[in-house]
Amino acid sequence: MQIAKIIGSVVATQKDEGLRDHKLLVCQVHNHENKPQNQYVVAVDAVGAGPGDLVLYATGSSARQTLQTKDRPCDAVVMAVVDSWDQNGSNVYEKWSE
Amino acid sequence: MYLGRVIGRVVASQRYEGLDGVPLQIVQPLDERGASMGGSLIACSAISSGPGDLIHYVDGREAALALPDETFVPVDATIMGFVEQAVVGETDLAKEPEPSR
Repeated sequence: MQIAKIIGSVVATQKDEGLRDHKLLVCQVHNHENKPQNQYVVAVDAVGAGPGDLVLYATGSSARQTLQTKDRPCDAVVMAVVDSWDQNGSNVYEKWSE
Repeated sequence: MYLGRVIGRVVASQRYEGLDGVPLQIVQPLDERGASMGGSLIACSAISSGPGDLIHYVDGREAALALPDETFVPVDATIMGFVEQAVVGETDLAKEPEPSR
């Protein structure tokens, strides 16, 4: 999984039948020092995340392992909203202190 | 499967239903000499690992199968064992001191 920030959503009325009623989120990948990277992913939302949230997304065939995306053409899914993380003993991000 | 070291922990209370109680940890993949290899990633832990531990992990769809309870979950990396010995040539990576950060 990787950390990403939700920076927008995708609206597409003409899409695969299997992806109807799915929320598609535009996510900008962040590294583990919380620096935004020049890498973007469109992912299906499985947890009810919103704009500005830092989230975890899973990619590849693992992304199909939710009730929402089972047997659907999907290769990235948002599976958790990050509250905080620490690395090498020091706190990098704290959601509630922003 | 890959060799890695746990370098951090992630807290996420709002998560996919089947993942309740599963620890999320930051893993730095290591090469055959124990040096960092590529960027770090977030993995679920199926064992009681913590920061500093030398571990092995599995990625891809199989990662969900390594979890103890619910296996139909959107997980693409899972820590599944401690490394007690990893001999490459003459050196045992598990006995090498952890690089200072």
